[in-house]
Amino acid sequence: MTPRARHAVNRMMSALSAASAVLVVLPLLLIFGFLLWQGASAVNLDFFTHLPKPVGEAGGGMANAIIGSLVLIALAAALSLPLGILGGVYLAESRDRRLPWLARFLADVLNGVPSIVVGIFAYTVVVLPMKRFSALAGGFALAVIMLPIVVRTSEELVRLVPSSLREAALALGIPEWKVLLRVVLPTARAGIVTGVMVAVARVAGETAPLLFTAFGNRFWHQSLDQPIAALPLQTFAYAIAPYDDWHRQAWAGALVLIALVFVVSLAARVATRGRFTGVR
Amino acid sequence: MAVVATTVPATRAAPRNFGDRALRVVLTATASAIVVLVVALAAEMIRASLPAVRAFGWRFLFTSTWDPVAEHFGAVPFLYGTLVSSFLALLIAVPLGLGAAIYLAELAPVWVRAPIAFLVELVAAVPSVIYGLWGIFVLAPLLRTWVQPALGATLGFLPLFQGPPYGIGMLAAGIILAIMVVPYITAVSREVLLAVPNSQREAALALGATRWETTRIAVLRYGRSGLLGAILLGLGRALGETMAVTMVIGNRPEVALSLFAPGYTMASVIANEFTEATSDLYLSALIEIGLLLLAVTVIVNGLARLLVWSVGGPVRRPRE
Repeated sequence: MTPRARHAVNRMMSALSAASAVLVVLPLLLIFGFLLWQGASAVNLDFFTHLPKPVGEAGGGMANAIIGSLVLIALAAALSLPLGILGGVYLAESRDRRLPWLARFLADVLNGVPSIVVGIFAYTVVVLPMKRFSALAGGFALAVIMLPIVVRTSEELVRLVPSSLREAALALGIPEWKVLLRVVLPTARAGIVTGVMVAVARVAGETAPLLFTAFGNRFWHQSLDQPIAALPLQTFAYAIAPYDDWHRQAWAGALVLIALVFVVSLAARVATRGRFTGVR
Repeated sequence: MAVVATTVPATRAAPRNFGDRALRVVLTATASAIVVLVVALAAEMIRASLPAVRAFGWRFLFTSTWDPVAEHFGAVPFLYGTLVSSFLALLIAVPLGLGAAIYLAELAPVWVRAPIAFLVELVAAVPSVIYGLWGIFVLAPLLRTWVQPALGATLGFLPLFQGPPYGIGMLAAGIILAIMVVPYITAVSREVLLAVPNSQREAALALGATRWETTRIAVLRYGRSGLLGAILLGLGRALGETMAVTMVIGNRPEVALSLFAPGYTMASVIANEFTEATSDLYLSALIEIGLLLLAVTVIVNGLARLLVWSVGGPVRRPRE
């Protein structure tokens, strides 16, 4: 090839690769734009404060689903954070050979398990014994999805704590458990919080594992052993229903959901800016 | 990893004070709990699908009748739908994802790299149900009125593009899946490319190669196996993706050659029919489909991780 041809190929491939980067990001803008266009009009005070109206009646909101999602996320966090953070600490600190390797490997495996399969698991171990769909089952399913993310981020961040800090504390005669609680975890805290936020952003939008665990509810939930509504679940139910009014509500639900996810993701990004550069 | 944690050596005797012993017990217990949880998940899936395995044996994998009333269950339409929709998704997503990764890691001006990489992360963070909603109300009508008639008119002699344009169907599912997996492929490929040593690039540049030639000769070839791993990670995502696909694929348990026709995937049959499964055998058949899905995704993900690791040590997975 002549030099001119080679440079032409170079320019062409550069343009193609730039075009594909644009195409990868384009759907985000299209979808967000559409959500704003279709959903913004239906997002009003009623949406956040009212229960869904029966078919045919205009108005109503998803207040129960918003609260339901918060309850489910709180349950999932309560179940997965202690286990996940301590598990991460173990993976980072342990000098054993077998158990850390196995736990790390299985956490990665769990991370790749489709969320619908996690839903089945929650169904057989929580719903079947309790003989009913419940917020607990939904929270459990989400916790299983959160767990590997929390474990692996905690591990990475505990590893990042400089050993000099640890050694300084140990040299003062402080017992290991105190070093962990007072030196290592506080140092890694900002990063771990970020990891938790990423995990929350992920499960906030999960629908599949809630279908047959939390199940959904058109009213306020009474207690944690009852079915509960969730924002993504209600959005799904409204999207596939044949009523225009419900479609508008679905767009609104989706807009609120995506805003939630973006705000959490952005916050996580801002929180880590400038910190631990070169790792993230 | 920038800093290696150095704590007490492994051979040290059990700590004397109570707090440290308690700490050790608690930490070991949590790690064991993670192991137990994953083993329990697999065991539970196997146990719950035993009735269907006993009733149908290997036939389950090779018959295509799905008749809940007569309790004849065969998984072929779902296996077919999952494979075809995922393959279609990769067909679209691989060139785009690799192209975007090359742009972000090699060719883009430095100041645009971080913002675009962040946007790619956001594409991955959009909940599945929102892609589904968009698929139903924007993509499917678009396909029905413009794309499918055009494809039918030009390529209609191929069996792939025959039949009435519903909009909803295998093609819509493939496109939605492509949009959803492309950020994973981009993010992992980008990390693989960034892990390629600079000496590779410098050697090619020193020989007078252009940027693209450097990328092709030195970078892509070096990172080959990692890029394959990135693609497999995307495949793992596509296989297990549920909500968006359920909303646009049409949910008809048939094996149709045409991409315009409705189909059904393993994940979406579980999502749609699980709460309606009236008999134990029906439920068990659905769980067996879940077990198959689990097995396939674990194998694909495991393979992917090995390949990605082979390039530059354990690369950080994209945020999920």
